[in-house]
Amino acid sequence: MTEQPRKIAFICSKGDLDMAYPALIMGWAALGNGIEVIIFFTFWGLDLVTEKRVDRLEIAPVANTSFKMSMMGLPTGNWGIPNIMGIIPGMTAFATWFMKMKMKALGVPPVREYLEMLSDGGAKMYGCKMTVDMFGIKKEDFLPCIDSVVTASDFMDMTEGAQIIFI
Amino acid sequence: MIADLTAIAFNAEGFMTNPNEWTKEIADVLAKQEGIETLTADHWKIIDFCRTTGMSNGKSPTLRQITTGTGISTKDLFALFPKGPAKKVAKIAGLGKPEGCV
Repeated sequence: MTEQPRKIAFICSKGDLDMAYPALIMGWAALGNGIEVIIFFTFWGLDLVTEKRVDRLEIAPVANTSFKMSMMGLPTGNWGIPNIMGIIPGMTAFATWFMKMKMKALGVPPVREYLEMLSDGGAKMYGCKMTVDMFGIKKEDFLPCIDSVVTASDFMDMTEGAQIIFI
Repeated sequence: MIADLTAIAFNAEGFMTNPNEWTKEIADVLAKQEGIETLTADHWKIIDFCRTTGMSNGKSPTLRQITTGTGISTKDLFALFPKGPAKKVAKIAGLGKPEGCV
């Protein structure tokens, strides 16, 4: 019996800036190691591959229990950003700016560029049919990295034998 | 000339353990083992870049460092070293496994 090449599939269901990166980072590592990569974007995850949204992904400090003031270099230990502060206009923009700055310092490319790298490296990317119908998204709204819009059943067919990660 | 690899040390994953033992002839043999019959000028551009950065800071460059450093596109990089360029390039250049994520 010949060994099947390893295949990995990611389901991206979140549109927050911090939730955009796991599939991109792991997918890129997989491609670099010769593993076939499929990414399925569903619900809020479609923001990642939508022209109007991709450069405007955000991270909100409200209701994020991991978001600590110490991340900004303050000696505040486990103190979080109080939710009452998180609702001040501009806090989400600030947190987003802060995360983008940190990522840039590490040499991590922005989401748009990362998707291009993955696409050029051979990853196959698809939009979820049901969400596309529900949100009224058109083919021309997507970034060029999206191969096509497929149903959940299509996704099941194309990921036979793959390891699947839901994000 | 075909290099003799019998005296060269490799780790369990097939990476050379001493980058100083590397020669261009060794790279030719390692490339064949990785399924690349002939190393072209573009292959060498990448390998030379990896050797230069790897020998100066002791680390294999990541794929993104290779594309930004050599000007070779991601598409071309994956075409030149098909099916897993990250490990292949590092192996052929006689360096360790790349440590970065991007």
